[in-house]
Amino acid sequence: MSALDGNAIAGQLCEVFGREMTMSTGVCAGCGAAGRLGELETYVRGPGTVGRCRRCKAVLVVLVTIRETTCVDLRGLAGLELEPQEA
Amino acid sequence: VERAAVRGRLSWQSASVVELIDETARTRTLVLDPPDWPGHRAGQHVDVRLTAEDGYQAQRSYSIASAPEDDHLELTVERLDDGEVSPYLVDELRPGDELELRGPIGGYFVWEESLGGPLLLVGGGSGVVPLRAMLRHHAAIESLVPVRVLYSARSVDEIIYREELVRATADVRFTLTRAQPDGWQGYRGRIDATMLADVSWPASERPIVYVCGPTGFVETAAGVLVALGHEPARIRTERFGPT
Repeated sequence: MSALDGNAIAGQLCEVFGREMTMSTGVCAGCGAAGRLGELETYVRGPGTVGRCRRCKAVLVVLVTIRETTCVDLRGLAGLELEPQEA
Repeated sequence: VERAAVRGRLSWQSASVVELIDETARTRTLVLDPPDWPGHRAGQHVDVRLTAEDGYQAQRSYSIASAPEDDHLELTVERLDDGEVSPYLVDELRPGDELELRGPIGGYFVWEESLGGPLLLVGGGSGVVPLRAMLRHHAAIESLVPVRVLYSARSVDEIIYREELVRATADVRFTLTRAQPDGWQGYRGRIDATMLADVSWPASERPIVYVCGPTGFVETAAGVLVALGHEPARIRTERFGPT
């Protein structure tokens, strides 16, 4: 299974956070690497969506939607810097 | 009508299909007329949702092929033979049908003139779609930012937007990876360091680079560009894949 990137889940991230997120920066709790969420290594074929650190491959984001309820797991993120929104 | 798209929030809406344009044997452009479209930026995409009679839904993300300045919203979709959504969009959809979508989505793989240049666009296969939106936008605003394009396709017949790209004022170069016609003047074979160094400005000119295509293509191109000394932060990537 080949990984995509955070662009592919921009719509889901927008649903969860209520704003555009691909330009925002996530910090990996595992290795400390910082990267735009647009660059997340993303797996969308499973029952949920998994976003991994592009450097150390640790799981940063898991989104699972069951019967219209979305469960969001961000334990792998040590930080999230929100890019200012466009006017 | 109450405005559906509150800023930052995404709402599904039903867009009617105005026209369908066959681009290649495997790709088709859907010309759409969404009733409530807030405008988009070149490089953004939309989510498309299909609902079966039993209520089963499948959702996919497609790049916008049209410039913000164009009259209609256009998506160019490649048929993936084992896909759940693309065969319907490429083979079954008819003018006058309605298509459920939400967008525009994304902010990372976006080019605007304020980001400057020079601008290098590197596309593989249907990865050329968002790059075409950027090229059209660049032309529509009569941008003076220098732009070059390297587009990798398997054969001449698989070049999407071929006539438009050949006519473009931008410097557009092609490489054909599997079959080249007699007298082919472009590159041959998969993209590599020699080809990218030939097309690109030197790293010292700090081009802003957009790479879009299948995952392997993107990894190769981005890796080569970094090895050539380009700043990772000035290389933006978008990966396509069968999902």
